[in-house]
Order: sequence, then C-alpha cells, then structure tokens
Amino acid sequence: MSFAKSKFQHKKLPVNDLGLTYRDYEGALSTLCAGCGHDSISSAIVHACAELSIEPHKIAKMSGIGCSSKAPNYFLNNAHGFNSVHGRMPSVTTGANLANDDLTYIAMSGDGDSASIGLGQFAHVVRRQLNMVYIVANNGVYGLTKGQLAATADKGVKNKGGDLSLFTDIDLCTTALQMGASFVARCFSGDKAQLVPILKAAISHQGFAFIDIISPCVTFNNHPGSTRSYDYVQEHVATGAVTDFVPVKEEITTKIPAGQFEDICLHDGSVLRLHKVKNDYDTSNRYKAMNDIEEHKQKGEILTGLLYIDPTASTFHELNNTTDTPLNKIKQDLLCPGERVLGTINDSFR
Amino acid sequence: MMNSNVVNDFVVKFANTNGTGSASANNMFAKAIMRMGIPVSAKNIFPSNIQGAPTWYEVRINENNFLGRRGGKTEIVVAMNAQSFVADLEDVKDGGYLLYDSSKKLPEHLIHSNINYLGIPISAICLKEYKNPRQRQLFKNVIYVGALAALLEIEFDVLKTLVGDQFKGKEKLITPNIYALELGYQYATNHFSCPLRYKVERRDLIDNRIMVDGNTGCGLGAVYGGATVVGWYPITPSTSVIEKFASYCERLRIDPATGKKNFAIVQAEDELAAIGMAIGGGWNGARAFTATSGPGVSLMQEFLGLAYFAEIPVVLVNVQRAGPSTGMPTRTQQSDILSCAYASHGDTKHILLFPQSPAECFDMTAQAFDLSDRLQTPVIIMTDLDLGMNDHLSPPFLWNDKQKYDLGKVLSIRELDEAQNFGRYTDVDGDGICYRTLAGTHPSKGAFFTRGTSRNTKAVYSEKSEDYVENMQRLEKKYRTAATLMPKAEMSSGLSNAQIGLVYYGSSGQAINETKHLLQEKGFPVDLMRIKAFPFGNEIKPFIESHDMVFVIEQNRDGQMRMLLTNELEIDPAKLNPVLCYDGLSISAQEISDIVCTTMAKKQPKQEVV
Repeated sequence: MSFAKSKFQHKKLPVNDLGLTYRDYEGALSTLCAGCGHDSISSAIVHACAELSIEPHKIAKMSGIGCSSKAPNYFLNNAHGFNSVHGRMPSVTTGANLANDDLTYIAMSGDGDSASIGLGQFAHVVRRQLNMVYIVANNGVYGLTKGQLAATADKGVKNKGGDLSLFTDIDLCTTALQMGASFVARCFSGDKAQLVPILKAAISHQGFAFIDIISPCVTFNNHPGSTRSYDYVQEHVATGAVTDFVPVKEEITTKIPAGQFEDICLHDGSVLRLHKVKNDYDTSNRYKAMNDIEEHKQKGEILTGLLYIDPTASTFHELNNTTDTPLNKIKQDLLCPGERVLGTINDSFR
Repeated sequence: MMNSNVVNDFVVKFANTNGTGSASANNMFAKAIMRMGIPVSAKNIFPSNIQGAPTWYEVRINENNFLGRRGGKTEIVVAMNAQSFVADLEDVKDGGYLLYDSSKKLPEHLIHSNINYLGIPISAICLKEYKNPRQRQLFKNVIYVGALAALLEIEFDVLKTLVGDQFKGKEKLITPNIYALELGYQYATNHFSCPLRYKVERRDLIDNRIMVDGNTGCGLGAVYGGATVVGWYPITPSTSVIEKFASYCERLRIDPATGKKNFAIVQAEDELAAIGMAIGGGWNGARAFTATSGPGVSLMQEFLGLAYFAEIPVVLVNVQRAGPSTGMPTRTQQSDILSCAYASHGDTKHILLFPQSPAECFDMTAQAFDLSDRLQTPVIIMTDLDLGMNDHLSPPFLWNDKQKYDLGKVLSIRELDEAQNFGRYTDVDGDGICYRTLAGTHPSKGAFFTRGTSRNTKAVYSEKSEDYVENMQRLEKKYRTAATLMPKAEMSSGLSNAQIGLVYYGSSGQAINETKHLLQEKGFPVDLMRIKAFPFGNEIKPFIESHDMVFVIEQNRDGQMRMLLTNELEIDPAKLNPVLCYDGLSISAQEISDIVCTTMAKKQPKQEVV
C-alpha cells in the first residue's frame, strides 16, 4: 500500500514573488488522524511561507518526538528537516542555528515534548533568544501513546479513559513570557484567518517567536468535558485583537474600521496591524500579557492572538557577536591558525 | 641513613591546602626542573573541594624519562598542611626529608629518627615581611620553592626567568615574587647543608618537548581541527577543555575586519543539551563538539544513538574520572570504555580514540573532526583526568599547513544539479558511507528529513523489515570501513623472543617504558602494543596470537578493554590476563610489574613428580 500525493496543480493557482504556488510549499501526505488539528497548522505554515515568498530550501524544519513532531514532514518538501529525540529539539535547533543563521528555523513541538520531557530545554532556548519560530501544537494529551494527560491539560479535566488531571497545568505562553520571549502568541488551529498572519509575523520577527496553538486531538481529546476539544475551544476563545500582516513591499491601504488599532513595524520593514477588540489590549507589556492570560483563564476563556511582541529584541547571534558569515561556510584558512602560530604556542609551554 | 648522593632521580611531594595558591608555585618548581633539561612529571592529587581540603602535588624527576607515577614513599615531602601533616610525615622515605613550617615547634611524638627535618619558619617570615593577609598566604608557597632551589641546587636564574614569564604583563608582581624566592633561598643556605643528598643537575634531555596538560591539547586541537560550534556543560575533569578552546578562540578566531567571532560556544543547561547542540551544529555542516566526563556520557547516550543512526558528525571529548555514579570526581580512571564503545540502546558502535600524551590529545582531537565528517558518525576521544589535568612532558603540538580538512561526502549545489536520483542513505560507493546534503544548498534537490526512526535509502520513514535490516547492515559495513581509517596500534617488538605481550592504551602509556625496564630486570622480556583506536584494526589480533602470555593493562575494575577485545575479535578470554589498577591514582610501573610477575609466578609449570 502506498500513499502518494497528487502532483496536480490548477493552472490558475496564484504564484508568489518566486513564481511558486502554495503547492510548492507542501510536504508529504499526512499520516495523522483525519481531522487532526496539526494538519491545519501544517497547512497554515504552507500558506504563510508561500505568501512570504521564502525560498523553501532556506527553511529548516525542526522537531522532537510525538504527533506534532511528525508534522514537519507534511509541509515544505524542499526544506531539510530534523526529527530529533523527545524533548530535545531546542538544543538541536540551537546547534543548527549556531552553525548557520542564514536559514529560517521553524520548529514544531507538542505539549509532551515541550511542557514535560522538554520543559528545561524549552525554557533555556527562550532565554537564549534564538532566532526561530517555536510552535507548540497543544492538544493536552499524548497522542502516539493513546491519550495520557499532558502537563498542559487543565487541572480537573478528565482524559478519554477517565483519568483526572490532578495538578496545575503549565501555561507555555506564560512560561515563554517569563523566560524572555520577544514574540508570544496563542492561536486556535481551526482559525486559519487568525493563524496565518500570526505565523507570517512570527517568521518575520527577528528573535524568539513562540506560538502556542490549541490543536484538538480528534481521537483522544475531543470528548465532552475536555477543554481542548473543537467545541469547547470554539465556544471559549477570547481574542484581544485581530491581526493583519502587511508585507514590506505593500503600501498600507487597508481601511481602518472605527475603533482602535496599532501598527507594529517588524525588523524587515513589514507591519503587523492589530485591530483591537479590547480597548486595553497592549502587546508591549510582558507582565500585562501574563496577567491577561490568567484573568481569562479564571473566566474559563482561552485568550488568543498576539499577546506580546518586542520588535527591537536582540537575537542570540547579536548577543554572542558572531560573525555575519554562517559558521558552516567559513573556510579552513580562517579557522586554522596554522603552523607558525602553533610554534609560538609551543614556546609558551617550555 | 644512606649518604650517597642521588642525582635527578627522586620525588618531591608538596602537601598543601586547597585554595591557598600553591598550584602556581608548585608548577614553577616543576617547570624549573624542565628548564634545566631534566625530565620531570607532575601529578596534582586534588580533592573535590574549593577551599580547605588537603591537596598534593607530586613531582617526579627522572633522567631515564620514567615519568609515570612512581608510587612508594617519597624522598622529599613539603608538608604545608596541618590537616594531613601526620600522613605526610609517614610518607617520607627512610633517610628522606620533611620540609615544614617551623613557626610553631613540632611536638615530640612527631619527631622520627629515620628522617631528616628541614624546619623553616615560613609563617613567621611572611608575618614579618608582608602586611597583606593574602600575600602572607601566597608567598609562603614561593618561599618554600626558593628554599628548595638552594636545597636541590635548582639554578636560581631559571626560577627568576620563570617568574618573569609567569607574570608577563603583571610586572608589579615580579619583584615581590623574586624577593620571596630569595627569602627561602637565603634561609635554606644559612641554616642547612646545601645541597641535600638528593639534588638536580643540568642535563640536555628535554629536546623540543613542552610541558602541558591534555585538556589544553584537546582544546587547541579543536581550534586547529576547525571546530566552530560548541555546546557544553561544566563537569570535572573536562571543564578546561572548553575553557582552553574558548581562550584560544578569543585570541585566534576573531575576524580582524569586524571584531566578530568565528565561533559560538553555549554553556548548556545540561549534558543532554550540550551534545544536542553539537549534533545540531554537525547536522548543519559546522564542525561541532562537546566535552564531558562519565556522568555526562551517561546523559548523552540517547543523543549518541541518534547521531549514530541518523549519521551525523559530532565529536565528544570524554575526560574519564573514577565512577560509577559520582564516584571520585577528582580521581582518574579508564572506566567508560564499554559505555562509550556501545553507547545508547539498540545495536550501536562508536569510534573511540585513545591519546596517550597532550600532543596526541591535540592530534586526535583535530583528526576526530576529519573522521567524524568522513564517517558521518560520533567520534569520542577517550582521555582521562590524569592525562587531561596534569602537566606532562610531551612532544610539541604539530600541524602541517598542507593538511586540508576532510569534510567527507557533502554534495555541493553543482553536484546536486548533476545528481540523478539522490538518496540520503543510498550506498553509492559500497563503503557504507552515503552522501549527505546541507540545508539551504539547492532549491529543489537534496532535501531530506533527518530522523532517528527507521527509513529507506531515500530517507523516507519505513517500517519494512527489509529496509531496516538493509540500513543496519550498511551501518555495520560503514563500521568496517571505519576500522581501515583508524590510527593503527603501535607495536614495539624489540625482543623477537619475548613471550609476553603487554597491551595498553591511553594514559597508561606514561608508565610503560619503566614497566618494560622493571620486567626486563626480573627476567621477563616483553613486547608492547598500544591500542590507539576502536574499531580495532587487523594488526591487533596477530600480536595477541603471537605471544604466549598477553596482559591487558587498564585503569578500571572490570577489564573493559579486555572485554572489548574478547567480544570484537573473538579472542579466548583466557588468553588475555587483566592488569587492573583502578584506585583513582595515576597508574604506576611498579603496580603493573607486580601484577605481571604475580601472574607469571602462578603460571609457572609445576614440576612433575615421577
């Protein structure tokens, strides 16, 4: 039995600046369950990258272990990917990024991968301000091992087998804010209109961009009583602002409806336009963002949208003062000090 | 008491308190001997402690170049630690000397008739000469070195030059240090009959050798080998590998045009992250490495398996210490052989290199990057605390500017343009090594998904038995290729009639010439074989088979190299006699020789009763 993806392309598919259609950004056929939220995320990544006109081969797809970590196989066939070990994607991505910061790093993780086994690596990669997009496909359960509760599951909920979540959940957006992330958002995989612009902004952002995407597990966490089911999330989503992403090359002509809005200029000159739903919405205040997340949680709501951004943040390489040439491209003559220098070094040990 | 003079063949042991600044003074003493052309070795026996615990620095002076730890009692003990004083006193050989701080009178019960006492009121001198409490402490050490210069006839000008070298750039410190040396020298000259029975005499036996520790060799080797990405986590005794790498990079790897760094070092949150970063760097085409010790190796196992199976170059320097568990963090051992050779679950085998000197630490670290890139697999450099942290008289570090890095089979954009039907795990050349591509190289060719899961030759996930088995067999074939690329075992078969073969590796090599000498004296001529790498080359088994008695010398309890030889070469274990020294101290020729002689005595054929 083989699973082949049709290569058919409609002649009238729109092309981007590179002459590529969104189909050129697709990956292999997904083997996730039909209806899995993760496939919606993959689709949103395909559209975000296509609309940004990024060369697919200039992207590196990184992941750990789990359903979510399989997902990078299902987008960007022409990009190298690395499906590493459980909870350790952040360190592998750090090393890859140190070696070559000319690539765009899109990492996909899950709640088990980032909030349990990989919580330490997650916290530290945020601290180091690695220039990457870190997506957590958050469904509150372990899918591949059939439905155990994850550390992101709300206290008091039950999994499909009836096991009760006894402990406080880990909110990864709050953790990312505490650890110094310069871009933090929460989205719902079922809301493509919200997800694609935020992904585009995250990819354009220079620094650590974190997106926690509520991505329901149709097989193990879509039952009544779950707070990660499609129905529950759709009924309890609260949005602080609707996001538009305006690429650098476009003139901003969007008509602003009555009400408040905010334009945030990103590093590459593109603009993130927030149409505020709430008057006091403020994406520049890390502490208020943490507070807002908690306030909504107390009301049983999931606050989504861009929660925090610092467009002026430094990246790891800027902090480290690394050379502009990717380290993996520096030639031997610049790396090896040579015989003469070694003679001097030997003399220092005599 | 004996009265004959002993020249250039004795041990001086300094007993100090950790954190009192004795290390640089003791090192100056050893280096002065070297600068007089006399072979010398230094062993720092230090506690897992920052301040206050006893620490010893053992200097062996031997013009036959027997520079392993000698063991036994000591000719001259400098007892500066009240806490260990009684034990240090007991350590003095009959007729030997105890140099001590006589500011306070020694109690009667500590006066032994079989040794000589050299009391110098060091604390009192410092109290009189220096106002600053820290100086009073630091200059105690320099004063006893000055005294030893007079007592052993160390050329004072050599010491003065050393002080100048040591404090280059800190000229203010030169004069007070020389003054402190003079204080000690004058006191000894005025109060004792100099020189003692033991003394040094200038020779010309150093050639072009240098005095350096193995960790410096590894750190510098990584610079020369082209390493640019490091993830690491501090752990004794490997920390200084990275610190040295970093300090040389700061000197030699800053882009002169921009002032920016041609390297990136991250102090990771743990050893898992440290090797994860190195693997990420290796995957993306940089030369990447980490350094650790036993507990770190345990944590890195899963990642080593990933790098083996996904075929990613990465270099690991393992500076072994005494295990298991936390064991003795500041004592030496060679006890990670098996855990490194077969690191990780499933059928894994890794490449190990066994340097025996700082020069080889340099060579093998630099070479490890070539091997790792060529073979697309982890390479582990197996040093140990003794080799890594102690100063050794070593051949100089050598590099040939004609040497070009071997980056292995990495397809360029041009090669990918021409490539038909690229498969990441397709064995095109039949050597088990496949072609790899790097992210960002080609817009439409060569991209693949690196995974720790089973896949087919095109890197597509596969659970088909035949795909899995084919891949595992190819990895085995690659391993056989690796065996042909490893440094060959070093044979020393000067005695064609020798029936005894000694097999050794790594830092045990320091003791081997003396071992050979001792056994020769006892009527046991021996041939030597030093294993330099794993997988084993074809030269190893014939050496073992051609000797009646083979001894495998190692610094662990279980005879791990012996097990590896037995397992990999299908040698009868009875053929390999273990010589095991694993008390955490550097191995000595006397220990080896005693075990060999005892075994030989047991093996002597019994006389038949007719």
